Amino acid sequence: MVGLVVVSHSHTAAEGIVEIAAEMAGETNIEPVGGDGDGGIGTVPDDIESTLATADDGDGVVVLVDLGSAVMNAEVAIEMSDVEAVIADAPVLEGAVNAAVAATSPDATLSSVREQAEAARDIDKL
Amino acid sequence: MSPQRDAGTAAVAAVENVAARIEAEREHLTDLDSAIGDADHGGNMARGWQAAADAVSDLEDPDIETVVKTAGKTLLSEVGGASGPLYGGSLVFASAELEDGLTAESAVAFAETYLEKVQDRGDASVGDKTMVDALVPAVHTFKKSVETDDLHPLEALAKAVAAAEHGVSFTVPIRAAKGRASYLGWRSVGHQDPGATSTLYIMEELLATAADHLDTDVPSADASSPTSPDAEATEE
Repeated sequence: MVGLVVVSHSHTAAEGIVEIAAEMAGETNIEPVGGDGDGGIGTVPDDIESTLATADDGDGVVVLVDLGSAVMNAEVAIEMSDVEAVIADAPVLEGAVNAAVAATSPDATLSSVREQAEAARDIDKL
Repeated sequence: MSPQRDAGTAAVAAVENVAARIEAEREHLTDLDSAIGDADHGGNMARGWQAAADAVSDLEDPDIETVVKTAGKTLLSEVGGASGPLYGGSLVFASAELEDGLTAESAVAFAETYLEKVQDRGDASVGDKTMVDALVPAVHTFKKSVETDDLHPLEALAKAVAAAEHGVSFTVPIRAAKGRASYLGWRSVGHQDPGATSTLYIMEELLATAADHLDTDVPSADASSPTSPDAEATEE
């Protein structure tokens, strides 16, 4: 099953997004990571790398990210990691919800889940 | 002492000098970042470079590649913001160019690879109001000075520092297109970019350290460069 990782500058925000997405996620493994490691705002590649390993059961991981350095540190983590992981170019909350739903499909793949996450870019709210 | 061992020792000194300089400029960098960003650049950079200085001074008889790679890896894990992947990740990646030691040619290759990685990772171009605005003119000037003008590497580095200084000034009047400052739109205009500024400080310390280890005065950039290197760089 494709796993999900939510990366935010705030660990609290990452947990909250996971809490919302998990409602739709069924059995999907969806893990939060974020913060600078000392309770502050930031992201740390080593933390993201270990979270990728936690979320992966062999079918790969789709990564949702918030701002600037979360993207870069997720890229660094993916380069360091043995896990097959891709970043979805999507709004972090809506993308996580979409990805969680997509991952529950029996024939979900890394690319199908990523594609559904990225479809969240076109969601109109009004 | 072999030349390559010597280059490793110089690299350790360079990282220590950068750490001291960034610590001295911590408040200034934070002030710049408060104006157009999230006010963490001074603190993040000071913490990261101090950790990097500690890590490289623990190495035994390191070669320059090991020093640069160790500093980069430490920055990657210690800096909580974009400076981690941009400075640290790029140092790790570019350190491979120094595998056979430090020469004018490998220094040019290192600078070019470092720039390439920063631009690739940050997806930034000249004019986006980022460290790239200091780095591109500096690297291009360094390469031309070494390869085309056949200058001594130290003179080439002095010219590169002068070019970076112009790049930093260039970030003031322009509107940010990348990084946290881009969220401010036109309000980012009139402020100097913190990342370009810290890039300049690092380059000034590299120049001062190189001059120190070659036991020569820092050459002033000649008349074809509009300014000479920052006076602070010559005080080290």
